[in-house]
Amino acid sequence: ERFATVEGDDNSIFRFIEEITKEIEQLAKQHAENEGNTEKQEEIEEKKLVLKMRLILLRLDQQLLNQSIAQITKDVRLTPIMVDGEVTILQELSGDDERKHVLETIDFWGDGYIFKNGCRAPPQRQLHGDIAYIEVRPFDGNMLYITANTSGYYLNKGPDNRGDMNYEKEGDAYRELVTLLKDKSAHFTEMIDKQEFHLKVQEKDDYMDARRVEEDDDDRESTAGYRPDRSKQKAEEDSKDKGQKQKAQKKKKLEPSLKWKALGMEEYQEPDKRETQKLKKKKTSPRMKTKTPVDAEDSFSESSTESEEEEEAVERRSETNADLPSEYWQIQKLVKYLKGGNQTATIIALCSMRDFNLAQETCQLAIRDVGGLEVLINLLDTEEVKCKIGSLKILKEISRNTQIRRAIADLGGLQTMVKILRDPDKDLKCLAAETIANVAKFRRARRTVRQHGGIKKLVGLLDCPIVSATSPEADKDAEVARSGALALWSCSKSKKNKEAMRKAGAIPLLAKLLKSPNENMLIPVVGTLQECASEPSYRLAIRTEGMIEDLVKNLKSQSDELQMHCASAIFKCAEEKETRDLVRQYGGLDPLVSLLQKTENKELLAAATGAIWKCAISPENVTRFQELRAIEQLVGLLNDQPEEVLVNVVGGLGELAKDPPNRMLVRKAGGIPPLVNLLTGTNQALLVNVTRAVGQCAEEQDNMVIIDKLDGVRLLWSLLKNQNPDVQASAAWAICPCIENAKDAGEMVRSFVGGLELIVSLLKSDHREVLASVCAAIANIAKDEENLAVITDHGVVPMLARLTNTVDDKLRRHLAEAIARCCNWGNNRTAFGREGAVAPLVKYLKSQDENVHRSTARALYQLSKNPENCITMHEAGVVQPLMKMVGSQDEDLQEASAGCIGNIRRLALANEKARYS
Amino acid sequence: MPSKAKPVYKGGERMKFIEMLHHKSHFSKTEVERLLQMLKQQCPNSPKIRMDRNKFNDFVHKNFEMTDEMIVDRVFRAFDEDNDGFINELEWVKGLSIFLRGTMEEKMKFCFDVYDMNADGYISREEMFHLLKNSILKPATEEDPDEGIKDLVEITLKKFDYDHDTRVSFDDWTKCVNEDNLLLEALGPCLPNLKTKNAFLELVSDAQHDTGMSISAQQKLKGKVTY
Repeated sequence: ERFATVEGDDNSIFRFIEEITKEIEQLAKQHAENEGNTEKQEEIEEKKLVLKMRLILLRLDQQLLNQSIAQITKDVRLTPIMVDGEVTILQELSGDDERKHVLETIDFWGDGYIFKNGCRAPPQRQLHGDIAYIEVRPFDGNMLYITANTSGYYLNKGPDNRGDMNYEKEGDAYRELVTLLKDKSAHFTEMIDKQEFHLKVQEKDDYMDARRVEEDDDDRESTAGYRPDRSKQKAEEDSKDKGQKQKAQKKKKLEPSLKWKALGMEEYQEPDKRETQKLKKKKTSPRMKTKTPVDAEDSFSESSTESEEEEEAVERRSETNADLPSEYWQIQKLVKYLKGGNQTATIIALCSMRDFNLAQETCQLAIRDVGGLEVLINLLDTEEVKCKIGSLKILKEISRNTQIRRAIADLGGLQTMVKILRDPDKDLKCLAAETIANVAKFRRARRTVRQHGGIKKLVGLLDCPIVSATSPEADKDAEVARSGALALWSCSKSKKNKEAMRKAGAIPLLAKLLKSPNENMLIPVVGTLQECASEPSYRLAIRTEGMIEDLVKNLKSQSDELQMHCASAIFKCAEEKETRDLVRQYGGLDPLVSLLQKTENKELLAAATGAIWKCAISPENVTRFQELRAIEQLVGLLNDQPEEVLVNVVGGLGELAKDPPNRMLVRKAGGIPPLVNLLTGTNQALLVNVTRAVGQCAEEQDNMVIIDKLDGVRLLWSLLKNQNPDVQASAAWAICPCIENAKDAGEMVRSFVGGLELIVSLLKSDHREVLASVCAAIANIAKDEENLAVITDHGVVPMLARLTNTVDDKLRRHLAEAIARCCNWGNNRTAFGREGAVAPLVKYLKSQDENVHRSTARALYQLSKNPENCITMHEAGVVQPLMKMVGSQDEDLQEASAGCIGNIRRLALANEKARYS
Repeated sequence: MPSKAKPVYKGGERMKFIEMLHHKSHFSKTEVERLLQMLKQQCPNSPKIRMDRNKFNDFVHKNFEMTDEMIVDRVFRAFDEDNDGFINELEWVKGLSIFLRGTMEEKMKFCFDVYDMNADGYISREEMFHLLKNSILKPATEEDPDEGIKDLVEITLKKFDYDHDTRVSFDDWTKCVNEDNLLLEALGPCLPNLKTKNAFLELVSDAQHDTGMSISAQQKLKGKVTY
């Protein structure tokens, strides 16, 4: 009963020891007096035993604690599993749609080889703790290359020209990938919070936070002094979580930063209070968690609210921070003059402000934080041209910062700037347009510009007389047009803005500016055009306004950037046949191919290969590409290129390989192994193109041998399991020629465990292209009797029969073909009849498509070998159309139709015979 | 000099005088004539065609909306090259030429002269203080109002003083203004703004008079001048 009362009390054990030692002493005394008091002795023995057990128990506690510390410390360092986990989550949230996805792409950099320990980095780098390299393409900004090190995530310098990674560290290390990306990409920050998985990530972050705290606790528990440490660690955390600041930014929008100044010290004290509150809260929760897992959930929810507060606190605290840079105070003083000075003082202050390095974030944020943005924007509403110019010159510079952009938009700066676009002063117009170009880099700003009639005014700026002679006036006009184009370029990223621009008559003006010899003018103009070329209406207009010629001309420009935009405009426009022809006629294919030499500029390369891809859809262009030896060069690009280049390269090869001689060229250039290798990738767009290219190559027997050797068919087959229906369809199409041209195709197909079941199950898809491609593949598979038996067992007949009601000609054609082939086994003919596949097939004969007729006639011929089917067909009125088909030019069709009619007739004869005999 | 001020000329001499003014200004001969006519109307009764300080004040106030007395006074001194307290015909045309059509260099020189109060070739800290003393509209309540201006002077000096001799030489001035044209009138507006400039040019320039607007413009001119 003594134990029960002292349980949990730290010094109980000491008291217990004391007690026992006392008793032992007593015993020793007693021993001298009267020996043989065995009863007493036994009691003491027992107590000693209990003491021993208590001590062991105590140690066990400590041991357990130590073990969990070891476990936790291991976890906090990054592991390959954690890296993989974060990347896959983000991958799921990446995609093309700027409005829905957080990133364009995210993937591992490198050849994709995973070592046994889970690392992807080469062994010599693993020594440095590198786990993997991640390449991220955000919607805003350049490709980011990130090293996942055991110490955290940090940016590296990216691959160099030869595709070797430059491992040098750039910037800080972050504990989580998400935090790093938040810091680097504003769009990511914006989107990540909107994601459905929001909770999950938040939780994950907090979990990690909690763990860190936990670890800290455990470490310090023995020394008992963990409170100061916590705050230190918190500060550390805060500095690390700079990215989270941005989120808090949104909150800030609601209250103008002026207010802070006005509120003065009261406001400054607030965060401290919060801080202490939080400390109290944190003190209790993590400890409980280590002991009882039940509490964990509780503290999760708690810490999530906490972290939000924390973000706020972080933002606020940056204001109170004693060691603000000196620029901050100087800028604050200048803003004071902006507010309280007359025009003279204002201009002096504006000009002095420009002496600061406005490209530096500290200065940008300082202007915002001391309430400078409001004043600058207010100045735009005044009558003073000089003040407006001075203010815009500053706004133009600082609006390169994403946070400032948002703040400008929030303060209504865009509306004022849109108004200024009509100002007679040309300098002013230029500056306003350039600032709009900077601010309109995010969606809400673009919408604001449109809603306030900005698009129309910007388009108006484009209207400048092109004078060949250079006078200062003409230069000014050109400058105005250039800035207008720059702003439209930013705005044209929104679909509605493109429409508004078209309505405002931007296209002819852009066409006129496109004739300019000035590179600085051309870049924004072509940039706008290529942005807009995603719309069919623009593509048509670009062609009819004769812009293709100029685009082709500028492909030969000296400027990489201009070349890139031209190529990417052609890439988008060449979806249309007429455009492709025009590109050829103006001699655009040659410069495109020569751009393939510029392997160091990946964006340019991606645009050029994209243009080649689309242009290669026209057979005439393929001939020219052949002359230019494009295939060899494209094959050369299959190695060591970023995915966006690869997608286009492979797409181009796929198109070019439609011409039989090119298939051989691909093989001779050694293109097949890298292509097959790419089948193991994960990028969906790339997979669609790779499967198509491999399929085209497989049309040739010699190529097929190589593909087979590299186990390409198995890889294709496994892509049928891909989530994306486009990939599935493309893979199924590619499988068809493989089966046709492979030796022992039947044996090969059988060797894929579960392969036949898989392909039959794809008939349940509701994607038409998938169905058509799978039918085509099944038709090929069914050529082998054994395989036909297997797929019959997997229930291919009823599944095919269920599809027969389709109206899609492509599906009809391949479906009929598959049915025709599948009739060759057992009682499949009867089964098709029973499943009601016959009558719908008869309807196919009314289709316009010759190919449908041929395969349908073949299927009907096979089915007509069963008398029941003959009756059904006859009832469905098959004879009339078949009679017509007998008269066809196509021998196959003739034969099949005739055979079918023959079968029907024979049945009728036999019937009559039976009646009369 | 006094001969120039004579109201009556023989045709040849008058023509030569106008020719000379045309060369020294950015105005055409007809424009020069119009300007001289305007000056003449300003001082209908005086024997000499010249403008005194008060008339000049009125003139720039009405035509160019310049009201700051100190600045206007400095502008008058800048116009008045011979320092005789009057603006004669030559000074009138030359001054307005800078005012309305001056090149950047001319304007820089003009503004510098306006700000350089003691004409020693430097704008000193004291001169700056004098020029800027009214430029802060609402000084912070508890602060010494001069404190803010002193600060502003320091900022301005820092901006202009390239050679770090705590005063602004003409070299400093041109360098700085060339770098940033906004600083041309950094220490107070001493040139007409675009709107008033255009309005005034409408009265005198050839382009306007050639396009049938001459009559109305003339009337306007008369109306304004005889105000």
